[in-house]
Amino acid sequence: MIRFILRRLLQVIPVFLGTTLLVYFMVFALPGDPIRALFGDRPPSEAVIAALRQQYNLDQPFWVQYGLFLKNLFTFNLGVDFTGQPIAATLGRVFPVTVMLAIEALVIQAVFGIGFGLIAGLRKGKIFDSSVLLASLVVIAIPIFVLGFVLQLIFGVYLGWAKPTVGTDVSWGTLLLPAFALALVSFAYVLRLTRASVIENSTADYVRTATAKGLSRRRVVMAHILRNSMIPVVTYLGASLGGLMGGAIVTEGIFNVPGVGQKLYQAILRSEGPTVVAIVSVLVLVFVIANLLVDLLYAWLDPRIRYEK
Amino acid sequence: MTASDVTITEAGTPADRPLLEIRDLAITFNTSNGEVNAVRNAHLTIMPGETVAIVGESGSGKSTTALAAIGLLPGNGRVSGGQILLDGEDISHASEKRMIELRGNTIGMVPQDPMSNLNPVWKIGYQVKETLQANGRPSGPEDIAKVLAEAGLPDAQRRAKQYPHEFSGGMRQRALIAIGLSCQPRLLIADEPTSALDVTVQRQILDHLEGMTSELGTAVLLITHDLGLAAERADKVVVMYRGQVVESGPSLELLQNPQHPYTRRLVESAPSLASRRIQVAKEQGVEAADLLAPAAEAVAADNVLQIQDLRKVYKLRQGLGKSSDFAAVDGVSFNVLRGTTTAIVGESGSGKSTVAKMVLQLEKPTDGKILFDGVDTSLLKPSELFKFRRRVQPIFQDPYGSLDPMYNIYRTIEEPLRVHKIGNKASREKKVRELLDQVALPQSTMQRYPNELSGGQRQRVAIARALALDPEVIICDEAVSALDVLVQAQVLNLLADLQSNLGLTYLFITHDLAVVRQIADHVCVMEKGRLVETGSTDGVFDAPQQEYTKALLNAIPGAKLMLPPEVA
Amino acid sequence: MKSNQDTTHYVAPIEETPLLATDAVKTDQAPLSLWADAWRKLRRRPLFIVSAVMILVILVVAFFPGLFTQVAPNDNCQLANSDGAPSPGHPFGFTFQGCDVYARVIYGTQASVMVGVFAVIGVLIIGVTMGALAGFYGGWVDSVIARLGDIFFALPLVLGALVVTQLPFFRENKSVWTVIMIIVLLAWPQMARLTRGAVIEVRNADFITAARSLGVSRIQSLIKHVLPNALAPIIVLATMELGVFIVLEATLSFLGIGLPGSIMSWGNDISAAQSSIRTNPAVLLYPAAALSITVLSFIMLGDALRDALDPKSRQR
Repeated sequence: MIRFILRRLLQVIPVFLGTTLLVYFMVFALPGDPIRALFGDRPPSEAVIAALRQQYNLDQPFWVQYGLFLKNLFTFNLGVDFTGQPIAATLGRVFPVTVMLAIEALVIQAVFGIGFGLIAGLRKGKIFDSSVLLASLVVIAIPIFVLGFVLQLIFGVYLGWAKPTVGTDVSWGTLLLPAFALALVSFAYVLRLTRASVIENSTADYVRTATAKGLSRRRVVMAHILRNSMIPVVTYLGASLGGLMGGAIVTEGIFNVPGVGQKLYQAILRSEGPTVVAIVSVLVLVFVIANLLVDLLYAWLDPRIRYEK
Repeated sequence: MTASDVTITEAGTPADRPLLEIRDLAITFNTSNGEVNAVRNAHLTIMPGETVAIVGESGSGKSTTALAAIGLLPGNGRVSGGQILLDGEDISHASEKRMIELRGNTIGMVPQDPMSNLNPVWKIGYQVKETLQANGRPSGPEDIAKVLAEAGLPDAQRRAKQYPHEFSGGMRQRALIAIGLSCQPRLLIADEPTSALDVTVQRQILDHLEGMTSELGTAVLLITHDLGLAAERADKVVVMYRGQVVESGPSLELLQNPQHPYTRRLVESAPSLASRRIQVAKEQGVEAADLLAPAAEAVAADNVLQIQDLRKVYKLRQGLGKSSDFAAVDGVSFNVLRGTTTAIVGESGSGKSTVAKMVLQLEKPTDGKILFDGVDTSLLKPSELFKFRRRVQPIFQDPYGSLDPMYNIYRTIEEPLRVHKIGNKASREKKVRELLDQVALPQSTMQRYPNELSGGQRQRVAIARALALDPEVIICDEAVSALDVLVQAQVLNLLADLQSNLGLTYLFITHDLAVVRQIADHVCVMEKGRLVETGSTDGVFDAPQQEYTKALLNAIPGAKLMLPPEVA
Repeated sequence: MKSNQDTTHYVAPIEETPLLATDAVKTDQAPLSLWADAWRKLRRRPLFIVSAVMILVILVVAFFPGLFTQVAPNDNCQLANSDGAPSPGHPFGFTFQGCDVYARVIYGTQASVMVGVFAVIGVLIIGVTMGALAGFYGGWVDSVIARLGDIFFALPLVLGALVVTQLPFFRENKSVWTVIMIIVLLAWPQMARLTRGAVIEVRNADFITAARSLGVSRIQSLIKHVLPNALAPIIVLATMELGVFIVLEATLSFLGIGLPGSIMSWGNDISAAQSSIRTNPAVLLYPAAALSITVLSFIMLGDALRDALDPKSRQR
């Protein structure tokens, strides 16, 4: 197991380096004056430009620039935004909000996705199964910003069950509606994956053998069918974090949640290139680490992975 | 004997009353093409402690019948008629609750494929433990170890903490036997319990299973495709054909005096019972007979293949840049006479298929030479290699994998002609028709796709494709191993006919010594990459020199059964 | 162990259990290729029929918007009609700018469909080539492509698009084609991964070895045998991705970094409608519905294709 962790860590490093290099290269190594280009047609003050030049060490050779960029990233020295505020401090403030939102969404999509997927899979071909399947297609087809607005309109404005916008009042309760909107994106995929995997495992030889041993149906379902079906689902949940981050930008915008996504959205609207790059780099780092954790969970779920040389 | 005569009062069964009685059983499957009757009028009786075997080919309904007895028919199947009486109680429509009570401690099961029947994510010990728990037996670590040790697993306490993928096939099967017998059921259903294993392992496991069940007094319902194995292991044999029981009776009686035409044909074709080479047209063809004559000079002159000190080493990665050498084939030398069949026999991992791949020039030898017609094949230029391919053709084991599912049969057989730019469209079609005739398939098969053909038919198409280029040598890599007995006999006869008509040379790779006896003139026995014994088939079979060869021969099921010569 | 009970030797009546010829070829059904079989199954599935008809309609709307509305979407915007209710000839009402919503929905189809179709074509070209090479040749080719894919994989689609759109080149040349380029650049690894897996599954089949021992070259066996057999999952993913890419384009346009405002598209319209969502939700709901129905059609088609092309459902 320790060997497996070490090997995965070794594999993560080049991926992270490659991804940040890609991001950095695209922004800073292409022809033209990157600082001016980042601001488009809204030239910032000379003071801001000077600060950015310093921040990104643009007078140094490319590899030195990149190395210093990484060092800055790991020491959370992310520079200042348009208004001169340090980005790291802003992120420190908004990050916990997004983490709460993401956890809530992840829990919603996992619980409902796996629950419905299991029931549908065990009742393959029955009415419940077909209707859940069709409903999942519809959910997949509706983009998150549409879902967000629709939920906001129905539950926030018309029914008045929840506050349509979150604002400064951040709590698990107020985040429920945006988390729900966010969860719907991957919920349908989790459901379909669980269902497919339950159907496949239900016909597996070892499930028949488990039944032949005299186990109760409940035990066969929980210990053999569901347990084995979790392996691909957990991997997907890890990958879905990426979609969750993208979705958070939209959701936080719609529901006015003071999180990372909203900051990013505002930076985009204000054409603050450097802020966008800094935040995206941090998010990539989070995504890579989260996937590393999921991989470890995966190895715990599937002993065959640990054994592979 | 009727159940109503006996009042059931307690668990004990009078010795003269059957433990399991299946009467007029009918099983129906709902498929997309409507209802299919998988089993009709099946009946069999198992007395306490008795071993009964159901023999039949795939699709004969033998497994379905057995699964019905433990209530494990697939979701679309149901018992549509008849009774399954366990101790006089009809369980053919018993509630799920009752079946869960019975499973494990009254009826146990040992499934077929040890690779897929253990849950890969749970430790072996856990999978034993949940069985004991579910049936209300003590399930402490020492109980688990005891159960595993009784099934012949060495070092059971440590083994219980391992996962299935850390076990070899034979060990997994022992674990499955341990699970099946852990709650001391009165009836054990053993569904082809060893057909996925090597013959020597197969023998050990069957011996052990027999020992355990006779000690516990467990009755066994043994499902097998191998008549020899059934006769050797069971008191009674039930023969099933197309969903019906065609014949049943005491094993030896059935084997010596088969009455139904199907049973007769099965006895005639069973490779494990046959003791001679298929002669077919051999005697008629004078040339072929000449080639068989052991005239020393002629032999030396006509070695179509000479394998000299062949070696193949693979690098095994051991993580983090380290690797070790593994010699899959190590110092193998033998010759193949033109117009004869040479068999390479060995168990899995013996390196026999690697030899075949190297002869086919699909893998490069690490060391040693392969001479084809006296020419070193490693020195062939690409254009010469292309010509070499016309002269040496393969037939593979898996009839489901050796034909491209996207190509219809015409395109499949025509492909070699097209690749080698032989003839025009019309002449190629004529050739394909001829080839189909040669392998005894109707010409209308041309438009069909592989998924519409049976395994034996696909294998005949593969033979036709191999023959398209008029090759001299055909490498058969386990070419008949996946086929049912009668189909296997049919394909072997076809191969023998083609050999005598076309003067083909076969290099026959197989794990099945019984098949070797039927088709080969010469045998090479391989073990762990090395050649342990070579010689004429009769020589090796009648007087094996090496211990390993003797063990292999001994392991052929039914080999020691005495049969009247006119049957065998 | 051998008991002597029940030693009767039973033989079934032969007329009831006739012996048939061993392994005779069935001739009662017409030959069926994989594609013909899939088509036969598809024809009977309502999901397929509904989605296929819907896609046809959407394509016609995309290419000939003039057939469906007489109103030019931009010319007649009059502020007097701002947020106006539906009226004859204007079934969906008016936007804040006083433009006809129905006409805008109709004319917005083209951009979405174009982005979807061309992005999928691009992803197919790059992804399938990369995946096929990686899967078929293995070794260092595989390692390089796999690592490259991992790097792009670690960049979530929307986040990646955010960065790319900050580049001067993309910011200054916003058009349908830059959006397509961004999507292809970020989305090819998934297709490559799937293709690689499918190719590896087929690569080791005996029929490939058989073809090679017939003298078929490696590249020929890849094109003639491996790829056709790996095609089914690729087609399914491509169909589904068509829907996903349309959503992605709309999301980017919604965020203001996708299509330029001058191009009529559902994403842009939804983005513009945000401000009036409380007063006039119809302006947002109609383009949103059009978008969702289009995406749903492609996802449903992909789902139907997956069932029909599943090799597991094909054993007789």
